[in-house]
Amino acid sequence: MSAPEPTTGDTGTTPAVRMRGIDKAWGDNVVLRDLDLDVAPGERVVIIGPSGSGKTTILRVAMTLERPDDGTVEINGRHLYHEEKNGKLKPASEKHIRSVRSDVGMVFQHFNLFPHMSAVENIALAPVKVQGRDPEQARQQALELLEMVGLEKHANHTPGQLSGGQKQRVAIARSLATDPKVMLFDEVTSALDPELVGDVLEVLRDIAEDGKTTMMLVTHEMGFAREVADRLVMFDHGRVLEEGPPAQVLSDPKEQRTKDFLRAVLAH
Amino acid sequence: MSVDPRMTDPVSTDAPRTPATGRRIGGIPVTIGGVGAVVFSLAALFVVWRFGGGSVRFEIRETRDPSVAFDWGFVWAYTPDFLRALWVLIQATVGGFALAIVIGLVLALLRRAPVKLLSMPTAFFIEFVRSTPLLVQLFFLFFGLPRIGWIPESLRVWSSLATLIIALGFHYGAYCSEAYRAGIDSVPKGQWEAATALNLGTLATWAQVVLPQAIPNVLPALGNFLIASFKDAPLGASINVTCVLFFADTTASRTFASVELYTMLGLGFLAVSLPAAFLLRRLERRIGYERT
Repeated sequence: MSAPEPTTGDTGTTPAVRMRGIDKAWGDNVVLRDLDLDVAPGERVVIIGPSGSGKTTILRVAMTLERPDDGTVEINGRHLYHEEKNGKLKPASEKHIRSVRSDVGMVFQHFNLFPHMSAVENIALAPVKVQGRDPEQARQQALELLEMVGLEKHANHTPGQLSGGQKQRVAIARSLATDPKVMLFDEVTSALDPELVGDVLEVLRDIAEDGKTTMMLVTHEMGFAREVADRLVMFDHGRVLEEGPPAQVLSDPKEQRTKDFLRAVLAH
Repeated sequence: MSVDPRMTDPVSTDAPRTPATGRRIGGIPVTIGGVGAVVFSLAALFVVWRFGGGSVRFEIRETRDPSVAFDWGFVWAYTPDFLRALWVLIQATVGGFALAIVIGLVLALLRRAPVKLLSMPTAFFIEFVRSTPLLVQLFFLFFGLPRIGWIPESLRVWSSLATLIIALGFHYGAYCSEAYRAGIDSVPKGQWEAATALNLGTLATWAQVVLPQAIPNVLPALGNFLIASFKDAPLGASINVTCVLFFADTTASRTFASVELYTMLGLGFLAVSLPAAFLLRRLERRIGYERT
């Protein structure tokens, strides 16, 4: 990236995502409190935690769907919500936010596909409208992405004609189309019938194995987390309660809260 | 059920297809439809502004035969005049409503503007227009506006028909803006969030994502307003628009054939409103898409 690189502290490399002192509350309901989180480039971080622990909110903050009340977010060394002027951090303009946000993509629990467009149109929209690519070329790339997620036969189908698992794979292809460096996955299998979960996880595995994309995943699929995550982060009450390699956190959690949570999740 | 041609496409990807960038509603790309509506309403306004619109003179052709309960010969003799007057009414309705759907969208968007300086006056204007009678607005525009000296004359002195079209445009524009607002609110939050996640700009978000989903939801309401505005357009008779009501009034005062004339009027409205309602229902069905 051509952006000026601010100092990144002790790690030496610029984190793909760097959050500092994030606060977020709705009225009295504090969702995130003074949260710090770094994700290294290419790292795959799985976030777990009870509902209301703030794990989804942290993804939404990184995607600018929720503005934090306080704190800073950097994406690949560039401030997301701030601009540096005369060495001071000022609230960022919409233009600046858009420029930084282009490095981030997100897949939602409920797909949020555009129902009035076919699968291929859903995927080609952002490359054409955001990146200004040639429509025919974008279409070809969209078809390749559909092939990657195993849906090339459904290119001209609208979301209403697809099953939940197919929709989610189209949604993943759509968010990959602009080639974001950081991908956020918010409980992407939670709304699916159990027998459709496997296909979607297969696609996520492919992305993870590629190794180029930084991934932050919120999920309840612990087997999948153990398999693909470099790091497992346990959230509780808007903070990181515990983190570490998935095998260690899953089989030998330090915190009682984590033990209780894992027992509840793994029970079914 | 008419079927969207894309749905019957064979799944092979080289089948004829819509380009990835052009959203479609019932076969008409939204952008072309939107631009068309704007151009059409501006053209209608310009023609009326420049040429004053068609003014029709009515003459006494025949007197009523007092020996019959309903004089069909009288009706027949006045049918050409009636049709000319009906044509004036249709011009006023189509021109006024074309203006209304554009003004309505502009008002709906301004009302949602994040800047209070824009959204507050817009909200006030919409409430003001909706809360005052069309007849009063007509009188203000026709008798009041020309007396406001500091406005350039070409902008304050309008012909009768132009005044009616402008009044219908703003009056129904205010109503349409409420319909658009409901349609826009009916687009799920997740659609906006997906647009943000894809980093779409404001314009692309509206043109590609929100409006193509909102407008099909708005169409039934717009159709109702179109027919309502057609029924309100005869108010133009009060500012001398030579529409059907003007024709019936002036002719009745000279021939006393009130029963025949107002019956013609009623049948004339029926003859236009019923087919229009039918066509609108068909349009709605074509434009609906399968929702998730």
